Amino acid sequence: MSSPDDLAGPKQKLFEARTKIFPKAVDGSFRRLKWALMAVTLTIYYVTPWLRWDRGPYAPDQAVLVDIAHRRFFMFSIEIWPHEFYYVAGLLIMAGIGLFLVTSAVGRAWCGYACPQTVWTDLFVHVERAIEGDRNAQIRLQKAPWGPAKIAKRVTKHGIWLLIAVATGGAWIFYFDDAPTLFGQVVRGEAPIAAYATIAILTGTTYVLGGLMREQVCVYMCPWPRIQGAMLDEKSLLVTYKYWRGEPRTHGLKRAGPAARRPEVQDQGAEPQVGIPSLVALAANPEKTPRIGDCIDCNACVAVCPTGIDIRNGSQIGCITCGLCIDACDQIMAKIGRPPRLIGYSTIADETIAGEGGEPMHPLRRLLRLRTILYTLVWAGIGMGMLFALGTRTRIDLSVSQTRNPLYVRLSDGSIRNTYTVKVRNMENRPREVEIGLSGLTRAAMWNDAGSRETAGSTVRLKVPADQVARTRVFVAAPAQGPTRQDVTFTVRALDQEGGQDTDENFFERPETGQ
Amino acid sequence: MVERKRIDDKTGTSTVGHEWDGIEELDTPMPRWWLITFFASIVFAAVYVVLYPAWPLVHSATAGVLGWSSRGQLAKEVATEGTRKAPIEQALARVQIERLPENSELFQAAVAGGSAAFKVYCVQCHGAGAAGTKGYPNLNDDDWLWGGDLKTIQQTLLNGIRQPGNDATRMSVMPAFGRDGILQPAEVQDVVSYVRVLSHQEKPSEAARRGATLFANNCVACHGPQGKGMREFGAPNLTDGIWLYGGDRDTLTETVTNSRYGVMPAWGHRLDPVTMKMLAAYVHSLGGGEAFVPETPAAVAAATSNPEAATPVAQPRNVQP
Ligand code: SF4
Ligand code: SF4
Repeated sequence: MSSPDDLAGPKQKLFEARTKIFPKAVDGSFRRLKWALMAVTLTIYYVTPWLRWDRGPYAPDQAVLVDIAHRRFFMFSIEIWPHEFYYVAGLLIMAGIGLFLVTSAVGRAWCGYACPQTVWTDLFVHVERAIEGDRNAQIRLQKAPWGPAKIAKRVTKHGIWLLIAVATGGAWIFYFDDAPTLFGQVVRGEAPIAAYATIAILTGTTYVLGGLMREQVCVYMCPWPRIQGAMLDEKSLLVTYKYWRGEPRTHGLKRAGPAARRPEVQDQGAEPQVGIPSLVALAANPEKTPRIGDCIDCNACVAVCPTGIDIRNGSQIGCITCGLCIDACDQIMAKIGRPPRLIGYSTIADETIAGEGGEPMHPLRRLLRLRTILYTLVWAGIGMGMLFALGTRTRIDLSVSQTRNPLYVRLSDGSIRNTYTVKVRNMENRPREVEIGLSGLTRAAMWNDAGSRETAGSTVRLKVPADQVARTRVFVAAPAQGPTRQDVTFTVRALDQEGGQDTDENFFERPETGQ
Repeated sequence: MVERKRIDDKTGTSTVGHEWDGIEELDTPMPRWWLITFFASIVFAAVYVVLYPAWPLVHSATAGVLGWSSRGQLAKEVATEGTRKAPIEQALARVQIERLPENSELFQAAVAGGSAAFKVYCVQCHGAGAAGTKGYPNLNDDDWLWGGDLKTIQQTLLNGIRQPGNDATRMSVMPAFGRDGILQPAEVQDVVSYVRVLSHQEKPSEAARRGATLFANNCVACHGPQGKGMREFGAPNLTDGIWLYGGDRDTLTETVTNSRYGVMPAWGHRLDPVTMKMLAAYVHSLGGGEAFVPETPAAVAAATSNPEAATPVAQPRNVQP
């Protein structure tokens, strides 16, 4: 650190301090969409665990419940058992493809509207604004020396943030146990330690990620913007600054009188002049500049941006596609009497066409293209497949495993006995009686550990409690003459009116000689 | 490669001083949160080292002020498990072994416990699957030398077989007919022939007929007139398909000449009564367990009121080879 070369430069910094961002409030169609989505997503999150669903006496009556202790997942009328985890895998695949679909269609819209990080950050930003005021007031407060007023505001703000964070972490645990019971336990201090630990961790992450780190999560920690770069193409809808219309920008309304502007946004001759040279030329000789762009460099779009970027520099990693800059700029355009959507949802392809004076495609028509259609088909296909599987699945399941030590036992009458462990899953919410049978083996006798060879028959019966797995050991005896390894099929059949059955394949083994 | 640090004009950041083909690396500082996380990890490690065992020393490791250790935790978990199992063990201690199947939950618990105990004490002779091997009986089958109901199995386990110094042990001695000169080698062969006819391994022959006479004079006392064995003496049934040492000529010759004298330890003074019950239940559950038949008329009356306990033993079998 003390080489002579260092002396020339400034002192090396160990860390890069974050530039604090004070996003300005804005109103407009995208802001209202964000409000709506925020209300919907937060309501879903906080209310869902409290919805009840009657499943009869043998199952919990919580509509959505991840019952880890009993290894069940309940979602309204659907009940998923651990061996049916492929449904969850299917949902995850659908979520993945859905994300691809959304990204290829409308860019990072997930990030801008539905991502929990965005939703909670937005909530925290609103709380901040309600207490400390809008952008300018916040900047003033930041610069102001510490005093009673500042302390009071800061304490209130962080207090409310923490309350929201606790509520967020608290709501999470209700998905894993009966919500009303658990709520009472938590309040009385009788809940399991894991519940408090979960609340503590989620409170911490919500407060730190949503309140303190905000856009840094999106820019530095989240992998999605990097993946997104590979997912986008020139036909993806993005928040785009229409440089061909905005440039060259002018400073302030006064100098940019309507007369100096282009009469029609579409009407343009030569290549639009962009970049620093044109701005330099403009500054040097504003009167002689043939055309003036619509951007008045008011910085409204930058001030409202929750990640603090300037969209006029083009599509970039910091942009979460929230559309707030669109709302902000539309307000400015209305004030100076120019058409809206100088910043808008558009595609790179359309902007190139528009820049060359062509007619860009309608954004909605842009959504219909091979890539998005293919994603939609795959996504819908998996969904239909899962729905079909869900609709036709049996709620009784048989799995048979052969005891392999010893593989077979010779009985005193010379016949051979094999032993199997049979598991019957009753996925209904009521006890059922089932009958286990066997085919593929002649003159076979079967009994289970509740009976004996003397009471053996061609089937065994078993009572399976509601919503449980019953296991029994099944003994099968057959004459010693026959192949050393024979295919057999076990069948389980429910004995009540509703019926339903399942089968499982296995083997019957005999010693080499048959003797 | 030039080692020269300088300030990059565009970013205002200094370079690290390396250059490869004109490409330089900027010495961009870490974000503050990253640095905080890094230092927090160091603090966490320091606190952890103080609280928990950390530094390995020659014979042990630093203990940590919380006094936590993995062994201690294990001991605690073992104790918790002991408390959890206590009611089951008490119930098992109270129940009479022959009434165990009436409580299927308790029986299942006993089987599970017996399975674990079996793997510790019994697999050395009877094998992991309890299938035995030559000279060590297969406990899965339906052939029992001394009887296969729960009570009898428990009795065998408690006192062992031919266990010296135990008065209650299963005791019987087969004479060494050949070695002791009771039968001549040729006569031994005749007896072997007869036994193989009894078990349908050979067709009747002249030798077998001679053997039948010898058998009637020497063997029926233990093996019975039909050769079906006698459980009082642990004498095997010679007519069935199961042989402890083997049913071929050579093995049978050896058996009749020198006799067999299998020994099993008495476990009663080594294992507690609950474990004994569990082991009996496990062995009984392997597929050959027999129903318990009470002997006294009073017990019969008691048992008939409970149909489960009095499953008839001798019903016609569904399977005939
Ligand atoms: S809000 Fe619109 S006019 Fe103002 S600087 Fe941004 S792009 Fe230009
Ligand atoms: S530039 Fe900023 S305000 Fe505009 S969409 Fe992107 S993140 Fe939102």
